[in-house]
Amino acid sequence: MSQSLRTIFANGLRDNNVIFVQSLALCPTMAVTGTATNGLGMGLATTVVLILSNFAISLLRNIISEAVRIPVFIIIIATLVTLVDMALNAWLHELYKVLGLFIALIVVNCAILGRAESFASREGPFASLIDGVASGLGFTLALVVIGGAREIIGSGTLFAGASLLLGPAFSFMELTLIEGYRGALLMILPPGGFLVLGLLMGVWRRLEARRTAAAAAIEPAAA
Amino acid sequence: MHLFDSAQRKRVPYQGALLGATALLASATLGFAYLQTAPLIKQQAAADLTASLKAVIPGIDYDNDLLSDQIVVAGGVGSATTTVYRARRKGEVVAAVYQVSGKGYGGDITAVMGLDNNGHITAVRVVSHKETPGLGDKIEAAKSSWITSFIGKGLDNLDEKGWHVRKDGGQFDQFSGATITPRGLVAAIKGGVDLGAAHHQEIFTPATMQLTKERAK
Repeated sequence: MSQSLRTIFANGLRDNNVIFVQSLALCPTMAVTGTATNGLGMGLATTVVLILSNFAISLLRNIISEAVRIPVFIIIIATLVTLVDMALNAWLHELYKVLGLFIALIVVNCAILGRAESFASREGPFASLIDGVASGLGFTLALVVIGGAREIIGSGTLFAGASLLLGPAFSFMELTLIEGYRGALLMILPPGGFLVLGLLMGVWRRLEARRTAAAAAIEPAAA
Repeated sequence: MHLFDSAQRKRVPYQGALLGATALLASATLGFAYLQTAPLIKQQAAADLTASLKAVIPGIDYDNDLLSDQIVVAGGVGSATTTVYRARRKGEVVAAVYQVSGKGYGGDITAVMGLDNNGHITAVRVVSHKETPGLGDKIEAAKSSWITSFIGKGLDNLDEKGWHVRKDGGQFDQFSGATITPRGLVAAIKGGVDLGAAHHQEIFTPATMQLTKERAK
């Protein structure tokens, strides 16, 4: 394995975050982040597909030829998405009623193709699986943060409808932060998604810059 | 580990065979998964439909299977024909459930409505819409109780003028900032009540189950 687990996780969650750093998969991001719960649902569904596709593609990486790799990846991803869609619909129907909307959207999530191309087609199955988990969680994190920000400003709640997604035991997550708040429609509509994403990307880069500066300041002293 | 070396993998026949094999394997997997899940999915869809039909006839006591008792009547609100599901008690039709669709602000609004045998609305539920979140989406039962204002309304207790939003001189509230949405839905539901009245004989005249099944075929 050419990368340590730690590096893979740091990459997926922070340094190479699908949304905030790579700016991939913005279409599904804009579409579903009206609430934190929707962001969480989309994030988890995508993570499952990402893990499966990374694993499958890594196993096949030595027989996939360079010239036709993209169509092969797409066939594999689309097949996995359809399988997940059918399985959820048949066996976890309650969850499907909440997530169903998101699953078909995963096919057009270029982050999955991105991980297949830049990681799974080069690394072993175990590392690829871990990369799927890390990148998926990074994506989920970004979606929940964007959804949470839009939801708090837009409707004054947080994780509304979480018990529908995760089961009644999670109803404690549903918070009304501002009682009697009339809402800021702009935040729930697509422009709000762009505003929040832009601001969060700025914050992310700023933190990143600060961290790099701090690391650079420490290194000479350590040496 | 390497089944083919990189020179072989660059050859066109290899690439064609690889694409073909991937596609074949993918279709075989999907075909198998479809066979495994299709009956279950069909069952789930039927259960969903039953639940949504049941939701608009609260308090109606019936003893038949709604899904197996349906007739298709000519005409409809937003459609050419309407499938009517009938609830019966001891063979007598006590309520009818069907779908209507109207024009909202963002697109079509589809609702399921229940009508009792006196032509009064038992309940209405919006099943799909594209209205603005926070404004027009108050037509959803989960967001507002507005949709319950239709309960009990019919042609005999509300005149033609009453079947409009307040802004147009009627009985139904509009929402602040959204008039087109409730206006469209009120018109669609009025259309549904009219449809029920026009086909009252056909829908509510008690036919035996046997006859119904033949007609459905």
